[in-house]
Amino acid sequence: MNGKGIYMDNHATTPLDPRVLEAMTPYLTEVFGNAASRSHGFGWQAEKAAEAGREQIARLIGAKAKEIIFTSGATESDNLAIKGVVEFYKDKGNHVITAATEHKAVLDTCKALERKGLATVTYLPVDTYGMVDPDAVRRAITDKTVLVSIMFANNEIGTVNPMAEIGAVTREKGVLFHSDATQGVGKLPVDVEAMHIDLLSMSAHKMYGPKGIGALYVRAKNPRVRLTPIIDGGGHERGFRSGTLNVPGIVGFGKACELCREGMADEAQRVLALRERLREGLFAKLDDIYLNGHPVHRLPGNLNVSFAYVEGESLLMGLNGSTHPIAVAESQPSIAVSSGSACTSATLEPSYVLKALGVGDELAHTSIRFGLGRFNTAEEVDYVTDRVAHEVRRLRDLSPLYEMAKEGIDLKSVEWQRS
Amino acid sequence: MAYSDKVIDHYSNPRNVGSFAKDEENVGTGVVGAPECGDVMKLQLKISPEGVVEDARFKTFGCGSAIASSSFVTELVKGKTVDEVLEIRNTHIVQELSLPPVKIHCSVLAEDGIKAAIADWKKKRGQAEARPEAARAS
Repeated sequence: MNGKGIYMDNHATTPLDPRVLEAMTPYLTEVFGNAASRSHGFGWQAEKAAEAGREQIARLIGAKAKEIIFTSGATESDNLAIKGVVEFYKDKGNHVITAATEHKAVLDTCKALERKGLATVTYLPVDTYGMVDPDAVRRAITDKTVLVSIMFANNEIGTVNPMAEIGAVTREKGVLFHSDATQGVGKLPVDVEAMHIDLLSMSAHKMYGPKGIGALYVRAKNPRVRLTPIIDGGGHERGFRSGTLNVPGIVGFGKACELCREGMADEAQRVLALRERLREGLFAKLDDIYLNGHPVHRLPGNLNVSFAYVEGESLLMGLNGSTHPIAVAESQPSIAVSSGSACTSATLEPSYVLKALGVGDELAHTSIRFGLGRFNTAEEVDYVTDRVAHEVRRLRDLSPLYEMAKEGIDLKSVEWQRS
Repeated sequence: MAYSDKVIDHYSNPRNVGSFAKDEENVGTGVVGAPECGDVMKLQLKISPEGVVEDARFKTFGCGSAIASSSFVTELVKGKTVDEVLEIRNTHIVQELSLPPVKIHCSVLAEDGIKAAIADWKKKRGQAEARPEAARAS
């Protein structure tokens, strides 16, 4: 806990690990060469550092270094994987299968392809926990299917999909399998061989690395995956992604992967214990709250809860307090979390992920996502538990819905006056 | 999202929170919005026989701007006549609270809420006046 407040939004981004910064620093200062410069030591040093980073990243997911293509982040990786496959394999087919709960980087890429008439896309439904059924993938595959894109773990509700089972289906059917694994890599074991993953998107800043650097794993053998590039230029990254390599970013990404790999077992347990402490604390203190997502198959650091009768943004505002002078005077630290409420988005629609789980809009509006990570402490969890319970009670005292519910009125039977 | 000082103030220290007994004849109740839309406001006005708003209460499920809009109107209506209250426009709330465009619907809901409360009061009063007539007729 510090003066800047408590950060529990680690699905949005993570702080840079100081050890990562330390590894990067020389590549922002003295070792500035272009990794593609073959004629002098400045270039050779940069290339050596980038290749070491590539090795560290590959090792975390059970891949070979040459199968790692550097990008600007997971959004670019998703675009390259999906558009690249659809374009390259257009003679084989044009059907893509994905899920309703995917990140917008996948969904909007698919929609762009549909709009241009380049692909037809099946958006698979999920179960009430947000999980994709491998049999549903099997049933959706046609002789025109070229790609299945299913995320490893969901960014809102943390639900982890049965990757190995889905991979077994795609492998058997001879269809390529892409996974946006941005939220899962570094937190849980990922093995592209065991899971039969052919393309995998990842991002450094979700795992205590720097922003602006990501990667796409592209399987080199059994099968060899081909892609049409999106960015043309100097033919970097085996022609898949041109552009001068972001060497300091790659060094940081590599170091972040190494730290995650070495500490994964301990960290997953520690973060899970914090998550469970938060969950148990909130459920002990408050009635009428609901867990969104899977109780067990979820990211260790993810907790997504609906606080019935309290609109999410109003709760965020209460937790955020200390950014404002009034709250600073009361010296309460601000708490950074996020909400699936419509009011926090530009669209005024509540979370499409919660909708896909069958969570009603009235509860989706009350959802809060807590994202715990490497640098959170038990002391912070206890403070957040108390503060959330306090704010929820305060807002329920303001809530006509809470009052009606306590009077025994069935809110679903009320004829509301929609404006 | 950056909130104005007034929104923060009304959110942190909401005025006139609570409920009047709905069945009292001098109380008008307006409930507007819907849970699945993310905002519901309950506004109540206590109105004198002369048609002056003597007191007001609210409860709101909604974002900070919705809470602030309803808190603000409960202050605004006190001491006003029913006719004056009916002249309140949402744009006044938008200006006073410096609401951004995406939050204008909060001010609309507050305007709808006070109108609904007055309509409820008028309906009750109409019935109250009608009752002795009905009694005589029987």
